[in-house]
Amino acid sequence: MNVHAKIMPAELWVDIGALEDIPVRGARVIRSKAGCVALFRTGEDSVFAIDDTCPHKKGPLSEGIVHGKSVTCPLHNWVISLETGQVAAPDEGKVRTYPTRVQDGRILVNAAAMTGPA
Amino acid sequence: MCKCTDLTHEDMRRLIKSQELTSMQAAFQAGNWNTSCGCHVCRPALNFYLLADWPDQYKDDPQSRFVNERNHANIQKDGTFSVVPRMWGGITTPDELRAIADAADKYSVPTVKVTGGQRIDLLGVKKQDLPGIWADLTAAGMVSGHAYAKGLRTVKTCVGTDHCRFGTQDSTGLGIKIEKRMWGSWTPHKVKMAVSGCPRNCAEATCKDVGIICVDSGYEVSVAGAAGMDVKETEALAKAETEEEALDLICAFVQLYRENAKYLDRPYKWVAKVGMDWVKERVVADLESRAALVARFDHSQSIYQTDPWLERSDDRTQRAYAPMADLTLEAAE
Repeated sequence: MNVHAKIMPAELWVDIGALEDIPVRGARVIRSKAGCVALFRTGEDSVFAIDDTCPHKKGPLSEGIVHGKSVTCPLHNWVISLETGQVAAPDEGKVRTYPTRVQDGRILVNAAAMTGPA
Repeated sequence: MCKCTDLTHEDMRRLIKSQELTSMQAAFQAGNWNTSCGCHVCRPALNFYLLADWPDQYKDDPQSRFVNERNHANIQKDGTFSVVPRMWGGITTPDELRAIADAADKYSVPTVKVTGGQRIDLLGVKKQDLPGIWADLTAAGMVSGHAYAKGLRTVKTCVGTDHCRFGTQDSTGLGIKIEKRMWGSWTPHKVKMAVSGCPRNCAEATCKDVGIICVDSGYEVSVAGAAGMDVKETEALAKAETEEEALDLICAFVQLYRENAKYLDRPYKWVAKVGMDWVKERVVADLESRAALVARFDHSQSIYQTDPWLERSDDRTQRAYAPMADLTLEAAE
C-alpha cells in the first residue's frame, strides 16, 4: 500500500489505492481502528466509505448490490444510503460514514475519522 | 418487476427477445427505467434474461449478481462462506476425500457437513481464504459444485445396477452424464435433479425439478416437483428408451425453462403458469422444437460451462478477495 500521509488538524488523508481497484458498482473492505469499513464505487465513479456492518443483523454491506447511491445488504435486503448511512424506510437505523476523496484516480480516506468503535 | 419500472418480468422477457436488447442499458431504456442503474431486484433478473437470451452478445455482469453468485460461494449469517466441490452424481474417491480433508485442515474450516444433495460442504471459510482453498481443490481435480447458483445444483443418484439387486439401469452413470452435460448452466432459479435406479426411488427423484426413474424398459422422465416451501410430486414428461433420449428431453426442458420462466420461479411454479401440455408440446411432441432447444442449450454451455474456481485461483483474485488496506497499524492519533 502506498501511504502519502498529509497530516492536518483532525485529518489524516491516507492513499488507499487506485479507483480501478474497486469494481464499478462494487466495494472493497479496509481494516481500520473503527472496525471494517466498506469502500464503495458507484456507477458514476463516486467513492463512499461506510461501516461494513448492517445495523440489522451485522451483514457485510460490502457484499451487497450497489444501485444509485445505495447498497442493499446481502443478508436481508435492507437498503442503506451510501451518502448519509441512513437505512431506507420501512426499516430503521443508521450506519457510520467517513469522508473520502478521489484525486488523480487515487482514493484517499480520512483515517483520523476512523478511530475507536462507532 | 420493481419500483424502477412499470413493466412486469414477462413484459421485459418479451422486449428483450423482440427488440433484441443485448445490454442492461438497452433494457433500462426500452423499459423506461426511472433509476440510473436499477436496483437489487431488477438487476439480477435482467442480467439472467440477457445472458439466457443472448449468450453470444451479452457479457455477464458480476455486480448485478447476488453475493453468492458474485463470489462463487454461499454467504453465511456471520459473513463467512461455504465451499462445496462438485461430486459428479454423488460419486467421490479416496483422493478427493483426502484433498477435501487437507483443505479443511489447512484453512481451519470449523464445520464439515454432508449436504442433502450428496456433496460435502465446508462451512465457515473466510472470504480472503476462498481463492486459496479453491486452488487446492482445483489442483486435486475438483470443480465448483455451484451450491450457490441459480443454476444446475446436484444430480442425486442411487447406486443402480452397479451394486443394487433391484436396480434396472445404471442410474449413477446417467446422473454423472447429466451433470457433466449440464453443470455451469444458469437458470431462473436453482435446479435440482435425481436419478433412481428403480421405482423404489432411493434418490428421491419424484420431488425434484427434474427426476428420472429407471425401469426395465427405459427411463421415466418427470419434472416440476418441489420439496421446499411447497412439497409437490413431479409430473410425467415423457418416457425415454435410451440414455441419449432422456438427456435430450432434460436439456430441452431446462432450456425452455431458461428461455421463458420468470426469474426466481422454480420449474414447478413456471410449469403451473404455462401448463404441462404447453411444455410437452415443445419438448416431447415436436421433435424439431426439441432438437432446437437442445442445440441452444448446448450452444450456451459452450460459452458458460466454465469452472469459476479455476478462473479465480490466481493472484489477482486473491488480492481482490482480500482487504484493500489495513489501517489498524497506521498511526492515526
